[in-house]
Amino acid sequence: MQKRVLAIAQNPVFSTAVVCIILYLVAGFTSAHFFSTRVAVNLLQDNAYLGIVAVGVTFVILTGGIDLSVGAIIGWTTIALASMITTHHVHPYLAMAIILAVTTINGAILGSLIHFFAIPPFLMTLAGLFLYRGWALLISTSTISIDHPAFNPLSDTLLKLHTGSGNVPLRLGIFVLLAAFAIAAILTRFTAYGRSLFAIGGSENSALLMGLPVARNKTLVYAISGCFAGIAGIVATTRSAAGDALSANGLELDAIAVAVVGGTLLTGGVGGILGTLIGLLIFGIIQTVVNFHSLDAAWTRIAIGTLLLSFILLQKLLRLSRTSRQSP
Amino acid sequence: MSTQQITPTPEKAPPQAPSLAAPKHRRQLPIYSWAILALLLVLAYDALFSPAMFSIRFEHGRLYGSLIDVLHRGTPVMLLSLGMTAVIATGGIDLSVGSIMAISAGLSALLLTANDVATGAPITPHSAALAILAGLAAGLLAGMWNGFLVSFLGIQPIIATLILMIAGRGIAQLITDSKIPNFHNATFEFLSNGSFLALPFTISLAILMTALAVLLTRATALGLFIESIGNNAAASEIVGINTKLVRFMAYAFTGLCAGLAGLLAASDIRAGDVFKTGVNIELDTIVAVAIGGTSLVGGRFSIAGSIIGAITMQLLKTTIISSSIPPECNLVIEAAVVIIICLLQSPRTRTTLKRIFSKTQ
Repeated sequence: MQKRVLAIAQNPVFSTAVVCIILYLVAGFTSAHFFSTRVAVNLLQDNAYLGIVAVGVTFVILTGGIDLSVGAIIGWTTIALASMITTHHVHPYLAMAIILAVTTINGAILGSLIHFFAIPPFLMTLAGLFLYRGWALLISTSTISIDHPAFNPLSDTLLKLHTGSGNVPLRLGIFVLLAAFAIAAILTRFTAYGRSLFAIGGSENSALLMGLPVARNKTLVYAISGCFAGIAGIVATTRSAAGDALSANGLELDAIAVAVVGGTLLTGGVGGILGTLIGLLIFGIIQTVVNFHSLDAAWTRIAIGTLLLSFILLQKLLRLSRTSRQSP
Repeated sequence: MSTQQITPTPEKAPPQAPSLAAPKHRRQLPIYSWAILALLLVLAYDALFSPAMFSIRFEHGRLYGSLIDVLHRGTPVMLLSLGMTAVIATGGIDLSVGSIMAISAGLSALLLTANDVATGAPITPHSAALAILAGLAAGLLAGMWNGFLVSFLGIQPIIATLILMIAGRGIAQLITDSKIPNFHNATFEFLSNGSFLALPFTISLAILMTALAVLLTRATALGLFIESIGNNAAASEIVGINTKLVRFMAYAFTGLCAGLAGLLAASDIRAGDVFKTGVNIELDTIVAVAIGGTSLVGGRFSIAGSIIGAITMQLLKTTIISSSIPPECNLVIEAAVVIIICLLQSPRTRTTLKRIFSKTQ
């Protein structure tokens, strides 16, 4: 019994969840009107596209890789979607399908280059970042707004949540976000594919010797990350109803931070989607507190940096205590 | 100009680890051959399509021209690539250089500004020497922080420096109260706008720092230690190299270089722009180091290569701006360069190419 409790306490997701709850309570007791359904919903809703991207990035990090191209994919998606709908009069749904096909196939190409030529993922996806930003700027350097009868409903409130203190509007983003988390959680936890990712992240050579399709699964991981980034881009476009080639600059690092705060190790093999969801909540709480107290936005960055550091140190301590118990 | 002065130095370098295994009778090409080839290719393009690039004129006691400007504009990336080369050679990476630049630029500009940032009331600005020292000290301190996290706490370099990359820009914004302090100070402005020996002063600075880096790594055993750690950190520890200290020094030096680059950025625009200074510059720097032939997984480095890489990148940018290619293509071309360099550096490509060539013979 004691052993089981210890095992749960040493799970990185557990410590993340505890920190999340403490942060939420501290934030609630220090800021007026923090404990409300509206604030709770907006924790997820305001960061919906960051969360969707972070899900895709978690897949990549689980295999021990990294994807720096996701922020640029969002920028490209918003401008490509807007230009296709507004300038070239493509039907919005067809345009979205094209976008997702492009980002997924590009991800697969990047992934296969990374795997077959043994190129550091960091560099290859950096090239992807340059490519998407450059492509986006080639499409248009100015913002393009979208006004199309089939697209406009997606930008509006889809549902209203009735609570005691009034209605909370729910937009497309939060539904897509929850669906993305659910699909990704099932994929990583309950399928052979998901378990193989942990094996590859733990030791690629062992995974290969076990007969796992390492090449296919590693390539797929980058395709998944590209696909999720494309979806996030579409969500971002519906929020602003416009395309901007320079939007989501630097988002890739926020996404990595969310995954790491959620207990996923950058060395691969440890972590999960649930942790990423909690990481996103922590990110949202910090942002909301900074907004509530109308602090300088600089504090958000410093708080996230500090949090990242403390989580990594915490994970190191947990691993140290575990190895010291196992060794004798 | 500066390439001629820099390239000969590493020729005297002790044989590097990979070349030890090579057959003695065949002289190996220096690892920055690709960088020189790339530089020559861009220069050849310029010679064919925009010969105006090569015109250099002498005015007001200073040389002017596109090529001089390339060296001047390329100085920040050159400075950063010096430290980044050492860090990458130990098997690490430093993502925080852009944020360190912002801290240094913001701090030095704040010390020089004549008005209080918060209230706007006039105050006495500090001396340029103090601002320069403060910027360099901030950079060094930030670099030491990175080094501490990586070597003494054992945090992965990419994540350790990501912390300062995210938090650093926030710190810079706090220092200047999220404003952009402007200043007028002749001494400080000399850093980026002054000229020395008929050349922009920045070029002298770049040569000085490069000489310092080459001396430190190739005239002492430090360079071999760095390569040894990059090849096999555990083995280096066993043979008695103080791996922690060497790693720490590499990050601290990178911080110092970033501090200096931040001073140049502030001096260039006479303001400390904490929002835009050094954004994405870490990527340019890593690409410059990669072009220069430094192995990105560590264990092999060339400072001359990184400098040539930085000049090539800047020349490419200037060429694109001055030719009829739309400037938006810049990033796409950079991406193509990165992909080609990666593929060329990949051992798999080399073995495949070797197989093809041996078949044809």
